[in-house]
Amino acid sequence: MSIRHGLLALLERGPRYGSQLRTEFESRTGATWPLNVGQVYTTLSRLERDGMVAQSGEDAAGHALYTITEDGRTELRTWFEKPVDRTSPARDELAIKLAMAVGAPSVDIRDVIQSQRRHTVKAMQDYTRLKAQALAAVERGGARERDDVAWLLVLEQLIFQTEAEARWLDHCESRLIRLSATAPGAPAGPAAPTVPGASAAAPEAPAVSAAPRAHDTSTTGTPGAR
Amino acid sequence: MSTQQPVLQLQNLTRVHGSGATEVHALRGIDLAVYPGELVAVMGPSGSGKSTLLTIAGGLDTPSSGRVIVEDTDITAASVKELAALRRRSIGYVFQDYNLIPALTAAENVALPRELDGTSARKARVEAVAALEEMGLGHLADRFPDEMSGGQQQRVAIARALVGDRRLVLADEPTGALDSETGESVLALLRSRCDAGAAGVLVTHEPRFAAWADRVVFLRDGAIVDQTVRSDADSLLSGQVAEA
Repeated sequence: MSIRHGLLALLERGPRYGSQLRTEFESRTGATWPLNVGQVYTTLSRLERDGMVAQSGEDAAGHALYTITEDGRTELRTWFEKPVDRTSPARDELAIKLAMAVGAPSVDIRDVIQSQRRHTVKAMQDYTRLKAQALAAVERGGARERDDVAWLLVLEQLIFQTEAEARWLDHCESRLIRLSATAPGAPAGPAAPTVPGASAAAPEAPAVSAAPRAHDTSTTGTPGAR
Repeated sequence: MSTQQPVLQLQNLTRVHGSGATEVHALRGIDLAVYPGELVAVMGPSGSGKSTLLTIAGGLDTPSSGRVIVEDTDITAASVKELAALRRRSIGYVFQDYNLIPALTAAENVALPRELDGTSARKARVEAVAALEEMGLGHLADRFPDEMSGGQQQRVAIARALVGDRRLVLADEPTGALDSETGESVLALLRSRCDAGAAGVLVTHEPRFAAWADRVVFLRDGAIVDQTVRSDADSLLSGQVAEA
């Protein structure tokens, strides 16, 4: 996450002091990626060292104000113009976990998939409720509209991301079922029918993970609404 | 929420199609209670029993064993006549393909179940227009189905499902024929009706639409294997962020 560029973007709208930058950053992103004031000042002093911001006196309350420099503006423009690199993906714990669960002796990969699916769908439920609130805020309009729109976009990104993950999990499960159906003894765990009629052939087949699990009470890392 | 009576209760529900060698266990011991104000999504791969569950909950099919209780009535023990009355008065059904009557306007479609139930045409019409207006659909009242978009038709179908005293809406892939933006608007309406006190069951294979629910139930091979539990709204709003 680029705190550096985020701060430059906020400073482009006028001089600001450290805790003000933190508040504005969090209003835009709904505190999805919380910043502490220390990170803000560390980043500001690096930006100052690199000549992208300059201190420009104090406001009436004695806060040290920072202003973007011409170099800072150039850096910011480049950031907006240049796409975020997706060709060297960050390490994804879930993909690694499923890759390791294929054929692992101690775990049924379908259990791993289902427990992740529950967690992912739960996170989507939380994001969707926050989105409904953000949408209502945007429709009301008002002074904070720009921040509300920014927050809505961030939430929708989270929803798209979790949706992609949920779909991928469904896909993994059905692929494993298909593979185990064609290759007996494959590592997908007990074969389960994918078509309604198929269960007729084996009504005594063990129901996979038929016992309801304990309810998930863990938090899902939900960003708070403001 | 739990102090209230559920609007819908499914108790140890099973459904077996066929017999002997061709026996299919579509549902195996389903227990589910849906409370006023609650929207429950049922997810699962095709063939997991989602639609069977919904048709039995709506009295459109009968279970092999177990009970379906709507409000206070056991619909599995009801006579055909009682069941028909219950379906008109207590249960609203929303289908993937809207199922509005083409020869009737939106208001007439919404008024129909009330008229069938003995309400005068005039009163039913007033109620229907009020229901449409309450859902922000007043401008559609005099349109025929073929003069409305799919999303508009589906929202009218939701209004029809919940007109009068009915407070149970069963929706089977209601967004299946809609693009995702329109699907969202249909879900937003369903959500707002549940927030206003209705109980809803939504069958969908789309996680994005299931995410509008308070609870998501996962069905596999005719059994509930897992479910999500709604987080406490207060903790969601207090700005708490889990430590990464």
